[in-house]
Amino acid sequence: MAVKLLSETEKSFITYGVQDDFRSDGRSNIDYRPMELETDVVSHANGSARLRLANTDVLVGVKTEVDTPSPDNPGAGKIEFFVDCSANATPEFEGRGGEQLANSISNMMQRAYHSSQAFNLKQLCILDGKQCWKLYIDVLILECGGNLCDAVSLAVKAALFNTRIPFVKAALMDGGNVDLQLSDDPYDCKLLDVGSAPLLVTLCKIGEKCVVDPSAEEESCSVISLVVGVTGNPKNYCTPEESAKVAEGKAKCSAISMSGPGSVATKTLKDAINQGIVAAQSLDSALGHALLRERKENVTLKKHSYGFLK
Amino acid sequence: MPGPELLSTQGLRQDGRRPNELRRIHCKLGVFTQPDGSAYLEQGNTKVLAAVYGPHQAQKSKASTEGVVVNCQYSMATFSTGERKNRPRGDRKSQEMSLHLRQALTAAIKTELYPRSQIDVYVEVLQDDGSAYSVCVNAATLALVDAGIPLRAYVVSCSASMAWRDGRPEPLVDAARTDQASGGCLLTVAAITNTGSIALLEMSHRLHMDYLDVVLSRAMQGCRDIEAVLNQAVRDHLAEGWTKQDVVTV
Repeated sequence: MAVKLLSETEKSFITYGVQDDFRSDGRSNIDYRPMELETDVVSHANGSARLRLANTDVLVGVKTEVDTPSPDNPGAGKIEFFVDCSANATPEFEGRGGEQLANSISNMMQRAYHSSQAFNLKQLCILDGKQCWKLYIDVLILECGGNLCDAVSLAVKAALFNTRIPFVKAALMDGGNVDLQLSDDPYDCKLLDVGSAPLLVTLCKIGEKCVVDPSAEEESCSVISLVVGVTGNPKNYCTPEESAKVAEGKAKCSAISMSGPGSVATKTLKDAINQGIVAAQSLDSALGHALLRERKENVTLKKHSYGFLK
Repeated sequence: MPGPELLSTQGLRQDGRRPNELRRIHCKLGVFTQPDGSAYLEQGNTKVLAAVYGPHQAQKSKASTEGVVVNCQYSMATFSTGERKNRPRGDRKSQEMSLHLRQALTAAIKTELYPRSQIDVYVEVLQDDGSAYSVCVNAATLALVDAGIPLRAYVVSCSASMAWRDGRPEPLVDAARTDQASGGCLLTVAAITNTGSIALLEMSHRLHMDYLDVVLSRAMQGCRDIEAVLNQAVRDHLAEGWTKQDVVTV
């Protein structure tokens, strides 16, 4: 992460504050900072979203491509994450400087999405064993203000919710080769089922307590942080009419990772994971609510596009 | 020479613009809190973010006693083009763009004020719909203004292409992707408009020498038009009185 220089006194101010459930920006240990989310911001991508979490800024674009499925999983599509740390965020990311951080985030996302209960790759299948969709999820980190993992996972889920995949009009079999004809009409498309896609929650251990959504200053005070990937609830992502047909999804842990030089006791770890699951559930329902509201505004043509101009 | 289909019989381009018409420009200064200066600029569907850090102490290898070193990086988001790009930067095209960017910006910055220092300019193309380099220069200028770096003048860039209409050459200002589709020439100029001097000129494909003058003057006119827009944006931004940098983030 981008290192913030803090003095010992500043560090102890933050650490003692966390013990008493008061953080330097007025939040309690389980509060998130305010977020802004907008989908459909990049017209060259099939789906996109921009998330601004206080001063962390993330832009996600999803592009689709037709690919052949892997032989050991013929009925499933493919999904690939690519994270790019833009030098706009900090000069340290110039050239290949941000690659290590980028790889660690993209690996974490790949692991969280790997489970079939987290994201159903079968919906990307076109022709069993012959053709499938490959989703390239490109994440661009524009500003780092702490808590990148959470911001990235929220933006990715929003972008996938927004992704439109063109319908296949016809498939011609010519010997062993398949020739697909895609629909030209941009409105002739299907949406992905992303209700169960996981969200990552970072828990930073500061002193004896864990906080969610650490700011950049808090990150530099923590000895160890824990990232939990928790699957979402599909009920949050469908309208009340549809939700009767959708099964309630239970929040499950799809990935856990730790980073930092310190260590945690088993008991603290379990508590932290539970705290993470609770946080992820409330994030998930808030995200679903916001996305459904935006889609509704989109349909009624009330939506105004802001992009970066706001 | 490009075919006549670039201009319709009514003399309009494929996106409905007249030959001397710019794309719509939207811009905003101070979009980010961490850089010393930042700007977002969109010209039509080409969208660029620029950030400026510095002036700060130069890296040992780069330091120059003559003046400030302008360090530029041009990168394109992997989803910025129709076809997905594999790498956002480091390929030959973006390295060349970085050099050209430095060339244009160094001409505008009062480099002699900061010896042994360095200014970092990073541009990120979010969406490319033609003339990305020009939009980058304009965005970088705005970001430099936002960072409060002393400039001689605005450096503004504009591109021009050429089409034929009724057997006569008709230069097209601010070429979008559709204007370059048939492989016509593309002339990009970065100019310091108040003195009328050219900081960088680049041309691809071939163009008869006889027509260089008309295309160049159309591009220079485009630069002056864009400068008026940028100047207004800077004034509006300053009149607003504060930027995100000034607000203590919660």
